Amino acid sequence: MKAGLNLIEASVLLENNETSSVELTKIYLDNINKGKELNCYNTVSFEEALKEAESSDKRRREKKSKSRFDGIPIGIKDLFCTKNIKTTASSKILSNFVPTYESTASQNCLNAGLISLGKLNCDEFAMGSTNKTSYFGSVINPWKSKNSDAHLVPGGSSGGSAAAVAADLCIASLGTDTGGSIRQPASFTGTVGLKPTYGRVSRWGIVAFASSLDQAGPITKTVEDAAALFEIISGYDSKDSTSSIKQKENFYDNLNSSVKGMKIGVPKEFKSDDLPTSTQKAWDDCKKLLQENGAELIDISLPHTMDALPTYYIIAPAEASSNLARYDGVKYGIRENGKNLIEMYEETRSIGFGDEVKRRILIGTYVLSSGYYDAYYIKAQKVRSLIKSDFNEAFKRVDAILTPSTPSTAFEIENEPKDPVQTYLNDIFTVPVNLAGIPAISVPFANDENNLPIGLQLITNSFEEQKLLNIAKNVQDTINYTPNLDKWWIK
Amino acid sequence: MINGWELVIGIEIHAQVKSNSKLFSSSSTDFGSGPNSQVSLVDAAMPGMLPVINKFCVEQAVRSGIGLNAKINNKSIFDRKNYFYQDLPQGYQISQFKDPIVGNGFIDIVLDDQTKRIGIERLHLEQDAGKSLHDQDPNLTFVDLNRSGIALMEIVSKPDMSSADEAVEYVKKVRSILRYLDTCDGNMEQGSLRADVNVSVNKPGNELGTRCEIKNLNSFKYIHSAIIYEAKRQIKLIESGESINQETRLYNIDTGETHSMRSKEDAHDYRYFPDPDLLPLEIENKWIEEIKSTIPELPDQKKNRFIKDYNLNEYDAGVIVSDKATSDYYEKVVKNRSPKLVTTWVTSELFSVLNKKNLSIDESPVAYDKLGELIDNIESGKVSNRLAKDIFEEMCEMGKSPGEIIAEKGLSQISDEGELEKLVNDVLIANPKNVEKYKNGKDKLFGFFVGEAMKLSKGKANPKLLNELLKSKLNT
Repeated sequence: MKAGLNLIEASVLLENNETSSVELTKIYLDNINKGKELNCYNTVSFEEALKEAESSDKRRREKKSKSRFDGIPIGIKDLFCTKNIKTTASSKILSNFVPTYESTASQNCLNAGLISLGKLNCDEFAMGSTNKTSYFGSVINPWKSKNSDAHLVPGGSSGGSAAAVAADLCIASLGTDTGGSIRQPASFTGTVGLKPTYGRVSRWGIVAFASSLDQAGPITKTVEDAAALFEIISGYDSKDSTSSIKQKENFYDNLNSSVKGMKIGVPKEFKSDDLPTSTQKAWDDCKKLLQENGAELIDISLPHTMDALPTYYIIAPAEASSNLARYDGVKYGIRENGKNLIEMYEETRSIGFGDEVKRRILIGTYVLSSGYYDAYYIKAQKVRSLIKSDFNEAFKRVDAILTPSTPSTAFEIENEPKDPVQTYLNDIFTVPVNLAGIPAISVPFANDENNLPIGLQLITNSFEEQKLLNIAKNVQDTINYTPNLDKWWIK
Repeated sequence: MINGWELVIGIEIHAQVKSNSKLFSSSSTDFGSGPNSQVSLVDAAMPGMLPVINKFCVEQAVRSGIGLNAKINNKSIFDRKNYFYQDLPQGYQISQFKDPIVGNGFIDIVLDDQTKRIGIERLHLEQDAGKSLHDQDPNLTFVDLNRSGIALMEIVSKPDMSSADEAVEYVKKVRSILRYLDTCDGNMEQGSLRADVNVSVNKPGNELGTRCEIKNLNSFKYIHSAIIYEAKRQIKLIESGESINQETRLYNIDTGETHSMRSKEDAHDYRYFPDPDLLPLEIENKWIEEIKSTIPELPDQKKNRFIKDYNLNEYDAGVIVSDKATSDYYEKVVKNRSPKLVTTWVTSELFSVLNKKNLSIDESPVAYDKLGELIDNIESGKVSNRLAKDIFEEMCEMGKSPGEIIAEKGLSQISDEGELEKLVNDVLIANPKNVEKYKNGKDKLFGFFVGEAMKLSKGKANPKLLNELLKSKLNT
């Protein structure tokens, strides 16, 4: 069987009885074993996955499959609570936590018969864009620069989810995206990453980072897979008050790749002399391609783009500082005893959280403090609404917006800038989308001069994922990007 | 006024919403269940759990707001109040800060026949915390999360009260209204209703003094004595040239004193911000109108009706309607009976028994129909008022009906003329000297004959008939 199956290919093989769920699952478990060095998984569910695969095969024999994807092995970011399976958010503080419940999004996958291979490494509490903040160590990007043997970051925070798909350690995966955490690692690994409209996928059972920004989505090999997996995980959930009551849509069946007559906006604020030539070229090539396929290019302005990052770094830490208060050593997770309650808190949280998480809790606590609240939090909320209205204005004129996903391709793990603000700049193209609550997708477009993948980002208005996926498919089908990935970790 | 000082009092009432489930989860709210037996994943703040508003709790808050003559806000916002404590699993309490569900309102209180209007600033919804148990182990604190997430209404008054009596009347009135509305059971001992009282003192005409807040008072008695103590403490400090620190104080029920809990400088910075897990709470006028149409008769309306229909005085009416169950009891007894007699029996005899036994009217040893039966016997002249009291006492002890007791003990009045005549004759024969004195003009001896006859009848003689008979015999 060909390596590197995608969701659709696997479903066809299963349907034609050319493989079984057990066979597929074994292959991927074996891949996981061989790919240990990549450090993609925090927890691998060897036994559970095989047991579930057997059940799936039985269902298929009895023509009782739960969906056409029944039996396909996927990976789940370690931020989704999974029943009876350790869920750590890649943090020491939750390193022993086993939920008694299953997140809605992952439950939706199980309801479709998908097999969970295990829990994918990520930045601690999804805070980071390198995967280096994980308590369980960095995920290694399966891609390497042409001229160097150095390990590269896979991006973050869903670095494990992206790297695992790229390296065939699962067929598809679930990630979450608060400021780019799906799209940036997808871009760094040559995979497709979709951040849906806020409210499309239930947040119930997902360890919260910044509640008003968090949104789960798929990381896959193809746009078709993204449509299929998105369709599976989306839908109204009464357990999440911010869940959209919009009907579930048949994103996969309704896919088409026509862009004829569509207006594609190109925001001038995203242009920069600092953009690597190859990224600039990819962006230009894509514009040309869309134009050739019948779309119209329109220059647009998103005037508050440069305010997005500082706004994000007020709102996200503010919410996080409150969301992470529950990790206090009292109820679950690790506890370091102290002489009194305060000491116990201090010890537990000092030891339990990593530096980046602490930094953001401190920032968040500060911006919500009395005397600073108006100057920071309230102001940030105002800017946020300006950013939203920028997009609203733009979407009066265009169907979608095209930008690079990231300002650079994957960089060396050891070369992460010392100044955290430099690292935060990784999210400069993705963050405005979260602030506006709209959907966006990162599609691999080309490789740069070092043979590292470049992703481009497409953005549409709220709940227009179908349009987004269609345009992405048009790009994908036209360029026919094939990752030319050397599996160096298999010795 | 105390020693020429004016008191300014404002009160925050925390009233537990009467609801089967919690504010943001479906766990039960029953009191007295085993520790941590009513805790959902949300209440325990497990990772990834999200709050979902309980519509019934919102309805209860709206209903309460209507009962407090207050403005219902069409849009309100839930905020997070952040602080760390072992019995606060989320690390924040979901409350309402800037935009509460209920705005300005008022209630009227009556004190010494004077009506005073007390302003309501706001009512908002919030979650209760769990309970810390410090006495289970020498080194550990145990936490019971059964209360965690239960809906509370915080009702904030304007600083409109100027005496401890007014403060108590205010809390009583709010409690009474909430109980009429069935939005809070008002059980203060179980903590379903508790008050934080803000007190300051100033000389008439001067500006307001610095206030202190006394937290968590759960009885009318404590509210009263805490205010008196606190006002005197402040007066003493000011008069001795010291100043008042704005602070939060606790009332010690054993010593009757208040002591400092934390000063303003030590106050938490709660870092309130809108809870991003919850959308703004939007309430349509249509729904408010629907709820309005289900509001029952409230104490003030009922009081006016009782005064009009049953001729009650202001005071008695006030006492009877202050508790809905009492007013219901009263109305059942008074039906087709003399209001005057019923009022006397309810407010003196029944209340004194209930007070003595520390029972609520629902736990009354004498059911309304039994009391009615007793009053019927008085009205028909079958038993005298005095006998009725003995029968009532027996009813309270034994739970029997008045008919049973009358029959058992032969307590029924003697109204038979033949029997009474024999009695009278016996008395007159036994006291010939006094008969003579009476006939010679000593009218006052009439009472003596009545007394003797009563004694002889063991108190059962029908006094009216006895009088008539005696008079006719003696005057012939």
